[in-house]
Amino acid sequence: MGLISDTGKYVLLMKRVFQVPDRGRMFFRQFPKELDKLGLQSLPIVVIISVFIGAIMTIQTKLNSANPLLPTYTTGLVTRDTLLLEFSSTIMCLILAGKVGSNIASEIGTMRITEQIDALEIMGVNSANYLILPKIVAFVVMMPFLVIFSMGLGLVGGYLVGVFTNIITTADYLKGIQYAFVPYYVFYSVVKSLVFAYLISSVAAFYGYYSYGGALDVGKSSTNAVVNGSILILFFNLLITNLMLN
Amino acid sequence: MIEVKNVDKSFDGNHVLKNVSAVFETGKTNMIIGQSGSGKTVLMKSIIGLHRIDNGRIEYDGRNLPDMRMSDIRLLRREVGMLFQGSALFDSMSVLENVMYPLEMFSPSSKDEMMDRAYFCLKHVSLEEKSFGLAPSEISGGMQKRVAIARAIALQPKYLFCDEPNSGLDPKTSLIIDKLIHEITHEFGITTIINSHDMNSVMEIGENIIFIEKGEKAWQGNKDDIFHVDNDALNNFVFASELFKKVKRTNQ
Repeated sequence: MGLISDTGKYVLLMKRVFQVPDRGRMFFRQFPKELDKLGLQSLPIVVIISVFIGAIMTIQTKLNSANPLLPTYTTGLVTRDTLLLEFSSTIMCLILAGKVGSNIASEIGTMRITEQIDALEIMGVNSANYLILPKIVAFVVMMPFLVIFSMGLGLVGGYLVGVFTNIITTADYLKGIQYAFVPYYVFYSVVKSLVFAYLISSVAAFYGYYSYGGALDVGKSSTNAVVNGSILILFFNLLITNLMLN
Repeated sequence: MIEVKNVDKSFDGNHVLKNVSAVFETGKTNMIIGQSGSGKTVLMKSIIGLHRIDNGRIEYDGRNLPDMRMSDIRLLRREVGMLFQGSALFDSMSVLENVMYPLEMFSPSSKDEMMDRAYFCLKHVSLEEKSFGLAPSEISGGMQKRVAIARAIALQPKYLFCDEPNSGLDPKTSLIIDKLIHEITHEFGITTIINSHDMNSVMEIGENIIFIEKGEKAWQGNKDDIFHVDNDALNNFVFASELFKKVKRTNQ
């Protein structure tokens, strides 16, 4: 019953969000701020995680493919495809669901409990549209860039393993990451990232917007936003993968 | 003028407002008073439209709020200013940006004209120019209330709502805020409704007082009438302290 009720509330909220803004210039003033806050400020975590995961994936793949029958470029190829197909879109989005989702839910939730949203409504502003639309649009715009950036950095991480250790030669690694490259995988990842970006930002905004009570309740909303956002990412990952790769 | 006629409001079977009727006059400081849990906040939120009432009429100069579509309510709200209990200033904006916000959202004026208006409103509430660039968290509670008043009057509202305007303020600052609301109401001919349980405010600026008791309007009058009322619930509420009992005896 709660799920049906929440889904209904979510749909009605999105109906209010996706309307033409009262003042276009106010939207375009908020939009770059959100691009910076949700996108650019996520870059450090994307850089760190992508480089390290790329490096670790290369080492683990090499250890698990120590078979003379396998070509020497296997490690690079497996690392590349894992990064392209799953890590940089899904796993990175799950991590960003924590960072960005909690940020959005706590910001909007705090505005709710301190009556700032009521103040907007009393002024005659469509608060859902004013607060949520720039966040969703900004995050959906930024996410493909973050994902492609993560793919590149993951491959760099693997390359650094070749440079600094004797596990794999850089020549084998470079050959592997270029071998049988399927550009469609990048397209598939970008499509997934767009859907995930929408889910993370809209679900977090939903939980923040309907916060009530005090600081403790904002914390609960934030947790719910991250947990439910992550579950939806996994569900839609399965759905999109089945639609696009099966 | 705002007229409330036979308003009922329930929450999950709990009848909070019972057939409440009242008139809130233009150019006067109208006060809703009552004990905690009496229904005064529900009444104010119903008048603003944050609660949908079960029965009755809420007329803004003849325009019945419950009959309006959401788009019309939004238009009506552009004629409304509100001072919230906790000020509700946007903490991502500076003092000046807070006052500029409603102007940028709805005013057809040029940027310079908006800036002039924002400066006028902030100076009208006696805020110094050096505080205009500060964040709400960097100014005192009393100053936050002044900024909230400046923001509320920026669009020259016809109706001003104040929810516990003195909450969390010291007596001297409370008096200043009360006088400011009173002055603005008279100067601009606004219909002001104040939700309060601060008896100092009631005695100071209560020109039209509505006393709510257990969801019903138990009394209506002004600050002078209040000393001569034979209503136990009102007397117990207003003259609860020894000081006010003495004031009542003196006035009688």
